[in-house]
Amino acid sequence: MNAVWSYLVAFVVWPGLLLAAPLGWLELWFMRKLVARLQGRQGPPFFQPFFDFMKLLGKETVIPRGVNRGIFLALPVVSLASVTAALAIVPLPGNPAPSLPGDVVLLLYLMEVPILCEVLAGYVSRSIYGQVAAMREALLSLAYNLPFLVAIIAMAQEAGSFQMSALQAAPYGVVHLLAALTFLLALPARMKLNPFSIANAEHEIVADSHIEYSGPPLALFKLSHAVELVLLTELFAVVFIPATPWPLVNLLVYLAAGVAVLGGVTLLATATARLRLTQAFRFYWVWGGLASAVTLAATLVR
Amino acid sequence: MNLIERVIAISRRRSPWICRLNAGSCNGCDIEITPLLSPRYDAEQLGVELHGTPKHADIVLISGTLTLRSRQAILDIYAQVPNPKAVVALGSCPASGNVFAGSPLVLSESLDSIVPVDVWVPGCPPRPQAILDGVARAAKLLEEGATKSQLESRRGRLS
Ligand code: SF4
Repeated sequence: MNAVWSYLVAFVVWPGLLLAAPLGWLELWFMRKLVARLQGRQGPPFFQPFFDFMKLLGKETVIPRGVNRGIFLALPVVSLASVTAALAIVPLPGNPAPSLPGDVVLLLYLMEVPILCEVLAGYVSRSIYGQVAAMREALLSLAYNLPFLVAIIAMAQEAGSFQMSALQAAPYGVVHLLAALTFLLALPARMKLNPFSIANAEHEIVADSHIEYSGPPLALFKLSHAVELVLLTELFAVVFIPATPWPLVNLLVYLAAGVAVLGGVTLLATATARLRLTQAFRFYWVWGGLASAVTLAATLVR
Repeated sequence: MNLIERVIAISRRRSPWICRLNAGSCNGCDIEITPLLSPRYDAEQLGVELHGTPKHADIVLISGTLTLRSRQAILDIYAQVPNPKAVVALGSCPASGNVFAGSPLVLSESLDSIVPVDVWVPGCPPRPQAILDGVARAAKLLEEGATKSQLESRRGRLS
């Protein structure tokens, strides 16, 4: 019973929905504000992502004719639930959930579910634009998952275990550095940011695969994206930043590292234009592949 | 419950997402929307986002003299905007047909006779700050629940 409760607390309170949602909104606001300042604009007020979410909650949901109602409404819920469950696995300071052997595999699986939901949302919507976005997302995920998965798997090989707490506690070495770079390589595409914002290219395909979504389901998709930002940045911090014995210091360092990573990725997004799908694909298979090979080689020669 | 409704109402004012519809405009009005997103006017300060799909919009900006062919498009797009919604008419064209009135391809009727218009922004073309003001007024109406479509649905519920 105790374990169930701690999982529930981890899922609902920290690092789950109740605290991850405001954190995600904070990160979203930070990114939008930074982009605005870099473009010489004032940018949105602090509570903007929260207002956007609340407003969408109060809007009507239009379901296109001929679309399966159940799947259409279930996709955003599944996406949000899986991304929150993934966050509950990450051993952030104060996370009450016990670490399981092999939870890295579970984490990697759960992190693929929102992408799958997005692809399905595009196909289910019966909109041409949504389908193009879904196709692009599906193809792109084949590319950026190579460096992303290799970075985590190399760390697991380095730590000798598929357990998150072992990854966190692995003695610091050169593999950390290489794997962190490989991870960072995959990050902009995972966050759908600019040079790789191919699946949500608003000028070519109107909106991303959520084009037919409106009201609360759209709000849930947006929230799931915000939580995903928290998940990706905190996963980076937990795995690649050396931990101190003091949990509170750890927490502050992790949050600062997350904001720093977001700042760097936003800088890149503001400075670059969108690539074509083939270019992004080639980039990830050539340079991502190279980085992956070097990272894996470093774990093996040690 | 009341508190949540209040927060949602405030959010409607603070986060007006717009979608624009060219109903036969000379492009003069539409080109004045672009500066809203640029550093000088920066509508994002008010939470305004420009969206390409009516499904994400709260406010539709309709510009242009209304042509015979655009009538059905206006109705279709208006129907796709989820409630609550507001309509802002840009320029003199939607009100009167402007210099195009009387042309055989033009409806020569006010936009108000097709969809309920909440805010008129006069000018040919209107200045960007006037458009921004129109969006802000529409957002305020959304908060108060006083756009024509909101009033209509409330009346429908009562009767
Ligand atoms: S009001 Fe003037 S600028 Fe606007 S569409 Fe009509 S003619 Fe063009």
